[in-house]
Amino acid sequence: MTKDETKQVVLEIIADIAPDEDISNLKSDVRLRDQMQLDSMDFLDIVMELRKRHNIEVPEADYIQLASLDSCADYLTPKFTALGK
Amino acid sequence: MNTATHYDVVIIGAGMAGLAAGIRLAHFGKKVCIFERHNATGGLNSFYSLGGRKYDVGLHAMTNFVRAGVKGTPLTKLLRQLRIERDEFALCEQKRSRVAFGPRGDVSLTFTNDFTVFESEVARQFPAQIDGFRRLVSLIRSYDDVSLGAIPESARAVIRRHLSDPLLEDMLFCPVMYYGSATEHDMEFGQFVIMFKALFLEGFARPLDGVRVILRVLLDKYRQSGGERRMKCGVQKIITRDGQARALVLDDGTEVTATHVISTIGAPETERLMSPQLLAPSAALTASLPHPAGALSYTETITVLDREPAALGWGDDTIIFFNDSEKFTYERSASAVDVRSGVICIPNNFDYGADRHLPEGLFRCTCLANYEQWVNLPEAEYRAAKARWYADIQRSAQRFLPTLPTPDALTHATVATDMFTPRTITKFTGRMGGAIYGSPQKIRDGRTSMDNLYLAGTDQGFLGIIGAMLSGISMANFHILQAGK
Repeated sequence: MTKDETKQVVLEIIADIAPDEDISNLKSDVRLRDQMQLDSMDFLDIVMELRKRHNIEVPEADYIQLASLDSCADYLTPKFTALGK
Repeated sequence: MNTATHYDVVIIGAGMAGLAAGIRLAHFGKKVCIFERHNATGGLNSFYSLGGRKYDVGLHAMTNFVRAGVKGTPLTKLLRQLRIERDEFALCEQKRSRVAFGPRGDVSLTFTNDFTVFESEVARQFPAQIDGFRRLVSLIRSYDDVSLGAIPESARAVIRRHLSDPLLEDMLFCPVMYYGSATEHDMEFGQFVIMFKALFLEGFARPLDGVRVILRVLLDKYRQSGGERRMKCGVQKIITRDGQARALVLDDGTEVTATHVISTIGAPETERLMSPQLLAPSAALTASLPHPAGALSYTETITVLDREPAALGWGDDTIIFFNDSEKFTYERSASAVDVRSGVICIPNNFDYGADRHLPEGLFRCTCLANYEQWVNLPEAEYRAAKARWYADIQRSAQRFLPTLPTPDALTHATVATDMFTPRTITKFTGRMGGAIYGSPQKIRDGRTSMDNLYLAGTDQGFLGIIGAMLSGISMANFHILQAGK
């Protein structure tokens, strides 16, 4: 999986958990929290959906790696690769 | 019993908190079952049929309403967490409500879902208090009311640091207390903040078809997520060992086991299930529970009219919180009912849109009531007491509405009546003492004396329909999903 594909996976999850947010113009290098109203409950949901849909585990200590789309791609892409995706 | 059914999570009670927790857990793959003793869902916010009509139980108005686009409030959070589209709840806004104090409601503060209306009313009626009021509101806006570890503080003490007029103080406490306080006279400030935001900074709304609409959405979601539920089958006993809830004995005598248990039936009610000697509770034993049952109960009259209430000259106020006395007294009623203060609700007066209206007129009144004075009455006396107090409550409430065109206009327009009492509440919800707002002692983190048993709902301390749902969500997240268990 490429980093762009990983970003797409994260965007699909955000679209489902926060349908009231406009995600069409998100900047990759800016914190998601600064571009949308996402609280800790929403971040928990991103983690939970990654596990449910893709079997990806994100330990609580690593939640900070999900801050922006770029950091999500850097952190998650190797996890997808490790699963052969 | 090796053959006993095992669930990842068992939820006791199919009210708002139980259904919301169930949706979260089932969505994320947990094997969940909700056990509900009653034949209807909704718990304290249920509905019933009588004489071919459907009545809502608790719902005057759903609080916490915000318009589309407003984010970060309880309603928005719960829609996201439960993957519900806001249109599914089909919420219609209130027209306007008021707090009316004095023997004839001489001092009155109107409010709507636009907070500036309330603020200008306070400025008009209490010009000397408005600066303090604004400081109080900004404190409330910035207060972290969902923190699970806040330090308790007296709301009266906080309000008195900002307001010096006891009349205004009572006029703020009256609606806030009636819509959610389990404590007499005062509240914990965090609870006050939750309710103040829910009523005044957010607002009132209702689906045209009432609470059933919300329950249908929750039930559909729960079913689609793969959750199971069993109706008319409560939990009669929790078997504990080594600090764990090991098994649950159902009303039909069968036993199930669960890795986690979420109880939404109340703190003392849950404690009772763990203490077999309390299954036939006496007052003394019940009082010995770690979390006491609430002292506050209520009665409600429902009057069905053959016309819109506005046609009686009553205007189109949605909710009226009233008090006739110099001081507002929020305490266990000394008599069967305390008619000095209460809440009038006219469900017809929501803005349902053009050509959409309720089939009949409805006029509902709620007052504080004394559980003990209702619970042991023999049937004939119980009926007589209902008839007597129904008339007294109506008389009291009408003082705060415009005068009828003729004295018997209400009687002529009435096609049906019903009334529920503290006894009715306990019968259908299992709440001890008819205490719909539960124990005065809330347990914000939901922990109990058992490691794998958590509380959600009223006694966890998030209030109202939206609060109850958010409570179920928070406890499922905090104790089970987030913990990765």
